[in-house]
Amino acid sequence: MSDAKKKPESIKTPLLDELTTGQWPSFVSDLKNLSHTKPQVGQLLGQLEQSYEDRWNYWQGTVLNVDGYGGGVIARYSELSERFPDIAQFHTVRIIPPPGWVYSTKSLRQLCDIWEKHGAGIMQLHGMTGDILLLGTDNVTTFDAAEELMEAGWDLGGSGGALRTPACCVGDAYCESSCFDTMGITKYLTDRFISQLHRPEFPYKYKFKVSGCANDCACSIQRSDMPIIGTWKGPMQIDQKEVGKFIKEHGADYVVNNVITRCPTQAITLKGSKEIKVDNDNCVRCMHCINVMHKALRPGKQRGATILVGGKRTLKIGDTMSSMIVPFMPLETEEDWEKLGDLVEKIWEFWGENGMEHERVGEFIERVGLATFLEGIGLKPLPEMVIHPRTNPYIKFEELAPGRMGGEPHKRPSVVDKEIETFEKAE
Amino acid sequence: MSVQEVKKKAPRDNGAPDHKLNLHPLMLKNYGKWKYYEKVRTGVLKRVAESGDVLYVVRAGSPRTMSVNVIRKICDIADKYCQGFLRFTSRANVEFLVGNEKDVKPLIKAVEKELGFPVGGTGASISNILHTQGWLHCNLPGTDAAGSVKALMDELYKDFVKEKLPNRLKISTSCCSINCGGQADIAINVQHHHPPRVDDKGVGVCEHPKVVAICPVAAIRPTTADGRPSLEVVPEKCMYCGACHGQCPSMEIRDAKTDTLSIWIGGKAASTRKGPSFMKLAVWGLPNNAPRWPEVGEAVKTIVEAYRKGGKPYERLGEWVERIGWKRFFEITGFPFTKYHIDDFKNARATLNTSTHVRL
Ligand code: SF4
Ligand code: SF4
Repeated sequence: MSDAKKKPESIKTPLLDELTTGQWPSFVSDLKNLSHTKPQVGQLLGQLEQSYEDRWNYWQGTVLNVDGYGGGVIARYSELSERFPDIAQFHTVRIIPPPGWVYSTKSLRQLCDIWEKHGAGIMQLHGMTGDILLLGTDNVTTFDAAEELMEAGWDLGGSGGALRTPACCVGDAYCESSCFDTMGITKYLTDRFISQLHRPEFPYKYKFKVSGCANDCACSIQRSDMPIIGTWKGPMQIDQKEVGKFIKEHGADYVVNNVITRCPTQAITLKGSKEIKVDNDNCVRCMHCINVMHKALRPGKQRGATILVGGKRTLKIGDTMSSMIVPFMPLETEEDWEKLGDLVEKIWEFWGENGMEHERVGEFIERVGLATFLEGIGLKPLPEMVIHPRTNPYIKFEELAPGRMGGEPHKRPSVVDKEIETFEKAE
Repeated sequence: MSVQEVKKKAPRDNGAPDHKLNLHPLMLKNYGKWKYYEKVRTGVLKRVAESGDVLYVVRAGSPRTMSVNVIRKICDIADKYCQGFLRFTSRANVEFLVGNEKDVKPLIKAVEKELGFPVGGTGASISNILHTQGWLHCNLPGTDAAGSVKALMDELYKDFVKEKLPNRLKISTSCCSINCGGQADIAINVQHHHPPRVDDKGVGVCEHPKVVAICPVAAIRPTTADGRPSLEVVPEKCMYCGACHGQCPSMEIRDAKTDTLSIWIGGKAASTRKGPSFMKLAVWGLPNNAPRWPEVGEAVKTIVEAYRKGGKPYERLGEWVERIGWKRFFEITGFPFTKYHIDDFKNARATLNTSTHVRL
């Protein structure tokens, strides 16, 4: 008798059972309970137990596309479907969450109801990109679920060489450090570029992450191709009365040791015994002092965002952090938002045209150089974009080499042809 | 239609749900007008708006993978104490939003009793561990994700519920060398030890130029096997990254017998102080010991305790090690420094000590 015919309780999972003890909430206990109403979940645990025993994975992956969409469903097929037929097809549907992962219980319950009806009733809040992940549909129920979800106003998330679902920090919704409407921008970008999110047309994935300040709670510099991070122009706001209170409460030595000497540009000095002075021209808006003395110090009043580009995790050239391309950009009005969107379009156009297959924008910049990239998207080079000027003396000065010997006009921006790169690699 | 207006034709492209329809009334009213916060206890922040309104944010750790039953229980609690609104953080914590101070205690009780979720994860604590799908639902993993997180968080529980570290400590796990778990103060990653095994039959369905092109060290080249086109790997060039495996399942990089885990430390995302940093190799060669990975737990705890003892206030793990030097780090923790700790990939030279600075 195959495991499938047995009641879910009779699928033995002694290794997983070891994860039902301990103080941290156990997903194993929860899924075991769920298996009483959803037998496929019992089989899922059965397969997972086999993985624990063999230290081997039993899922194969492909894609499955809902009409009009080129992504959003992660299709999985079990290699143990003889033993576990109910999870022979066991797919994940990615759903775009409300920006900042805020929910009314009404909308969460709606997701639960739809997913209990069509899927295995397992949800992950949230995936690494930030999508709502709904686990456990087959090649038929995936479409029923997607239809009902979309009818209710939800939408599929991104996958493959497409814009991925943008994510943001809580920002204006309850954080006093926030320098712009992170949720608003996130919704704006998602909606404006929803076509690029649903129908892959890029060399590879493109992620936005949006943080309201340099604390970067969305981990945007390391985790996204285009971080949008709140900052301000002009002086930070200082409430000297609160500064005095803080010094009185913690002592001047605490302020010296934990605020003044920790400022990366030494922009803060103690003034007398009750006040501090900030050299605002030299403050790099790192947020450290504001974090420590958050009642006394606040970001300045003229707020906006810094835009960086090119971050990604390690495959293939190693990790890259995003780097500065726009030091300051106001993000107050709808027009400001449109300008940001227009910049995005320029980047996509240049990278889309010249990027190689599977080349993230950070890898592309590494290959062609930031200066060429800037020329391609129409931005001027600025000293804020580098830690220091170059040290390598071999430079192609275009202005100093007019009238090239061959006579043909120099192509700008100068990017090595995709075909040539691919060919050389294959060699 | 609780999330937003619905478009009628396929593809409907509904877009992102409207956050305004999902915001707690106090968040909507005071949007962009928050003044300061106070820490009530680990896991509970009192947020004060310019209007004088007060919102208590109670953070609880979730297992991330949850049944609809558990999510409905979360909703029940939010309906009772939070006017039906809640939030999730990027690290899979649930945040209950409470407008009424007297509801905070009973809410915490309900969260702990009815859900079994611990309240904590704020400030100088160890927050919930970022993780991916692992054996539960990925096609590439060499280890599990949710299970190793459960095992680790059991070990680190007391640092989730109490802020007892110099600063916040973020942990991530990744179950293959693509490392979806990302940068963190401490990251646990799978390490492969052989070039991919090419399945000459299966590799026929893959697009060969794409597989060749994806290799970062140009180790893959076309060949023929039994008269049919196949691929081969130059073992001396291959660095066992598994990029080709993601592109083509017939380039099998995993090996249940030999795959190990390594621990990387000192990643930081925030631009605070010296700015963001990448993590560096600390410990390698730990066994992939399901279901509880005790060797990994021990090594992580050794690092956490050393940081607890040596770190200055507000110093992140990587900043602490940078201040005391890596030599001291290896001395304190007792982990060996080996030739594998010396980088040999891109930018390797930038990681060498080109000064006379030593701690003698
Ligand atoms: S990134 Fe800044 S604005 Fe956003 S939640 Fe974190 S501290 Fe607040
Ligand atoms: S494992 Fe990495 S280095 Fe080795 S052949 Fe595959 S892509 Fe190239």
